[in-house]
Amino acid sequence: MSNLKQYIYFLIIPLIILIIYFLNPFDVFVDGNQLSFVSMLISCFMIEYFIQKAKSGEEIYMRPIPAMKAMEEAVGRATEMGSSVLYVPGIQGLDEIDTISGIIILGHVAGMTAEYESDLHVPCCVPIVMEAARESCKEAYLKKGRPDLYNDRMVHYVTDDQFAYAAGVNGIMLREKPAAVFYQGKFYAESLILAETGNSVGAIQVAGTGSSSQIPFFVTACDYVLIGEEFYAASAYLSGSSEMIGSIKGQDYVKLLCMFFIGIVFLSSIFNYFGIFVFDIMSLFKINIIN
Amino acid sequence: MIFNFEIIGVWVLVLMTLCILSYLYGDNPFYKISEHIFVGVSAGYVFALVWWDQIWPNLFGRLFPEYVGAGFEFSPIYIIPLILGIFMLFRLIPSLSWLARIAIAYIVGMAAGLKFYVYINSNILMQIQNSAIDLSKSGGEIFNHILILLGVFSALVYFFFSKEHKGTVGAISKIGIYFLMIKFGASFGFAVMGRISLLIGRFEDLISYSSYQYNYATPIILISMIVILGIWSFQSSETKK
Repeated sequence: MSNLKQYIYFLIIPLIILIIYFLNPFDVFVDGNQLSFVSMLISCFMIEYFIQKAKSGEEIYMRPIPAMKAMEEAVGRATEMGSSVLYVPGIQGLDEIDTISGIIILGHVAGMTAEYESDLHVPCCVPIVMEAARESCKEAYLKKGRPDLYNDRMVHYVTDDQFAYAAGVNGIMLREKPAAVFYQGKFYAESLILAETGNSVGAIQVAGTGSSSQIPFFVTACDYVLIGEEFYAASAYLSGSSEMIGSIKGQDYVKLLCMFFIGIVFLSSIFNYFGIFVFDIMSLFKINIIN
Repeated sequence: MIFNFEIIGVWVLVLMTLCILSYLYGDNPFYKISEHIFVGVSAGYVFALVWWDQIWPNLFGRLFPEYVGAGFEFSPIYIIPLILGIFMLFRLIPSLSWLARIAIAYIVGMAAGLKFYVYINSNILMQIQNSAIDLSKSGGEIFNHILILLGVFSALVYFFFSKEHKGTVGAISKIGIYFLMIKFGASFGFAVMGRISLLIGRFEDLISYSSYQYNYATPIILISMIVILGIWSFQSSETKK
């Protein structure tokens, strides 16, 4: 992208959007969400900037995540042992970002099972996730030139009920004794039940979730864990798409901006207390719920 | 001996609870039976629930209000979810299965847009807002606030992926991971406490169903299960030999 185009794209367009927003013609926008709107706009354009950079072929560094490397080790171990690989994509639907990340990682794992010719088993809790998982596996097997190894039965539905699903997956683990188990998605109270069973059958376990309340259970019972945002970053990295890798760098800058504003708010509250700089910064933080 | 529906219900409840708990002995016929019943019943139940509580009143109730009588008026916009739902069913026809992708794409796109607004408000803006310190509070509270702030900063540094964790960044991210581990430890302990209280609740039920009033449901089922499991284990080991 040329410099002029970049100025238009990342400076003029956001400015025009902001002007339209603040002029609010025909009362299109809900009043009181200015901060949310500006934050979203900045985040979007910041991420878009790095996506464009990645697309243009710029090398983007991604720090190594140990759990990501362990995935291949786990599938390799399953192949050596002649056992299957079990992939659990969580218990939520496709409206959860964790599930989407889980499906992307599934594509990567399916690619490895296709390459190593090991069995893959994906029990699903939500029918729509099952469909997406099938698509992802099918594509991975096709990409590796092994569509003959793929069959729809490797991705199947169990039940929508949380604990019934956990009981079903436990049963699969006890009977099939997979050598590698992946838990990648959104999990709730069933996480420890699943991870403990996987541990008891001696499987190498790689977990990844954004549910902060479930990470401790995976940390205790699994061999490798993708903690919170590591999970999203891993899915982006494994997808190999420049858009997603660029967005990771963009998000890093959004985090940096957040840290900067946290510092500003912290300091301004101290200055306010001592009367050095009197400005009620809290007045900016009005979050309106859309009725 | 008393026989009524309540007693039958209690016996089934005790049997299912003990069958699931028999998992502690490993994979056995009791666990298999309860697991298959649990999975089958819940799948059927969820289907009936979604059909009668969601699809029938909320979708068909708006497309055919007079026929369904769910209290809604005719709303033609609901034809879109109906079409998307039908597209999902096209997965059963291989030549038209690609249409299901449209429905999946709609769900993913819509959810991403909706959640973006929620996350930016609850996870970012509220976090920034709460970082303001109130120096009129007690020394302990101020210390806690600064500690939390340090935790937020260092944990954010840990989640930088495009920067190598070396030198100062590496040291700060190490502090961040310590904060995270302390948080995980605390929430692990808290959750285990909750699980223990659930287990106590189950045991209290099992104990209360041991009485004459329930025809000694727990001891009779428990002893029968132990005997059957013993015979099953003996036969399994004989077969293996």
